Amino acid sequence: MDKFYHSVRLDESLCKGCINCIKRCPTGAIRVRDKKAQINKKFCIDCGECIRICPHHAKLATYDKMDVLKEFSYTVALPAPALYSQFNNLEDVNIVLAALLKMGFDDVYEVSAAAELVSDATRIYIEQHRNDLPLISTACPSVVRLIRVRFPNLIDHLLPLRPPIEVAASIAAQRAMKKTGLSRDKIGIIFISPCPSKVSYVKNPLCVEKSEVDRVLAIKDVYPKLLSHMKEVGNDAPELALSGKIGISWGRSGGEASGLLTDSYLAADGIENVIRVLEDLEDQKIDNLEFIELNACSGGCVGGVLTVENPYVAEVKLKRLRKYMPVAKSHIGDSMDQETKRQLSWTRELEYEPVFNLGETMMESFSRLNQVERLTKRLPGLDCGSCGAPTCRALAEDIVRGEASEKDCIYRIKDDLQRLLEEMGQKRDDSSGVD
Amino acid sequence: MDEVMVLTYDVPPDDFTRAGEASSDVKSKLKMLGASPAAVRKVAIAMYEGEINMVIHAHGGKITVEISPQSIKMVLADVGPGIPDIDLAMKAGYSTAPDEVRSLGFGAGMGLPNMKKYSDEMKIETEIGVGTTITMLVNM
Repeated sequence: MDKFYHSVRLDESLCKGCINCIKRCPTGAIRVRDKKAQINKKFCIDCGECIRICPHHAKLATYDKMDVLKEFSYTVALPAPALYSQFNNLEDVNIVLAALLKMGFDDVYEVSAAAELVSDATRIYIEQHRNDLPLISTACPSVVRLIRVRFPNLIDHLLPLRPPIEVAASIAAQRAMKKTGLSRDKIGIIFISPCPSKVSYVKNPLCVEKSEVDRVLAIKDVYPKLLSHMKEVGNDAPELALSGKIGISWGRSGGEASGLLTDSYLAADGIENVIRVLEDLEDQKIDNLEFIELNACSGGCVGGVLTVENPYVAEVKLKRLRKYMPVAKSHIGDSMDQETKRQLSWTRELEYEPVFNLGETMMESFSRLNQVERLTKRLPGLDCGSCGAPTCRALAEDIVRGEASEKDCIYRIKDDLQRLLEEMGQKRDDSSGVD
Repeated sequence: MDEVMVLTYDVPPDDFTRAGEASSDVKSKLKMLGASPAAVRKVAIAMYEGEINMVIHAHGGKITVEISPQSIKMVLADVGPGIPDIDLAMKAGYSTAPDEVRSLGFGAGMGLPNMKKYSDEMKIETEIGVGTTITMLVNM
């Protein structure tokens, strides 16, 4: 799989070439060239901000459609906790889970159940690694991708545990094989996702060789179909839920951290805020904390771009839903057995990808950065975006990389034109002079 | 000479919200130059501590950064009160920061010790009533 696989893409036919996305992109990954947006794969972290902002709906997320259920003999739905936050007056998670079965899935396994195992494992990990604190959450794939390309000094602080989606998938796959006797390829493990970032994760997981998730559906696709099945289920759904407060809370910002039962944490959400925290962490401005929870979307996963409900309303719904739940239903206890450890641990190290280097060699980078500095001074500094780059500085970098020209700056063109007109006027004055 | 990069910054007095602007700019440039993560980290921490010191103690100042493929040299010059006892100032936990600064979470007495710790070479020139110039060198 491509090292920089992405689930966020562009529908060229809808793109008007406006500057909304280039201005919003937190990593400066988008340029407008020839009146169409282009996403630089190396810089993109699949946060979905451009999907959110595009007024022409030209930015799309790649995910699977409902008919993937037919591809497998046996399917297991893995609902993200954010799914539960989409419904009005939902009092029992079992109704959603039973409706998923009615919709055509053969079984369900909640990602929130796996999340409780990850919470247990994180508590144990923190206790055993007091010298490596603070640990940074690795549940949001966009945050992990961002750290991989921009914050190499923080890679060692990443919590080396698989995200709940992966743990849920491997548990669900094993359960299904045991129950049905089918081979793995006949079983479809299908995640119901709040965001495109998880789609990228599944295609190209950074912490394991291959994800156990087979397909990914969007909450916004599943939601309307689920509603009618929920009515069918009514109020007496069978007991299917395997998670409590801790697991469900992972769906919102601060939820993962609160499951660690410590006050020594920080939880930031919204990609701009996440970047600020990472910068400060890198400079050691933040200390004395055990855990840093970071979510690219405002409000956490409930704010994912594939959800339906307003993230802050969704957060309230999630809080109400968890009110009468037990603290947790899934546990790994105080120590981890080998099998659980295997199921939770990373199988490969995360490596720094220095995509922001200006040149191939340090010498080239020096020369290019000096050129960028000189060019930036010559550009108007309005950051208008008309050239297709988000800022004048970004244009200067593009010029130095050979991907744009100074003529892309409309203010420079305007100045040139002005000068030309003046010269022409001058000439006319000279030639029409009366003697 | 394009193999050296010289950057200058004015550190404004008494503005904690802007302290750190210079070090974060240098940090992003070092990343573009392909500096090793370790060097980036050392420069970011040492320079930020220096910047904060200038804001707390010296009413701001001037920072000149010279980046070459071999090293990063940071010269932090101020016209503040000077440091009366360098050995004492270098002691971890020793601080003359006023209470209002401490209430902001600064002034823990780790500024100079951290600057020393994270730079490969450090030189302090100071004169009472005239100012302080601190030169730090971090190897690429």
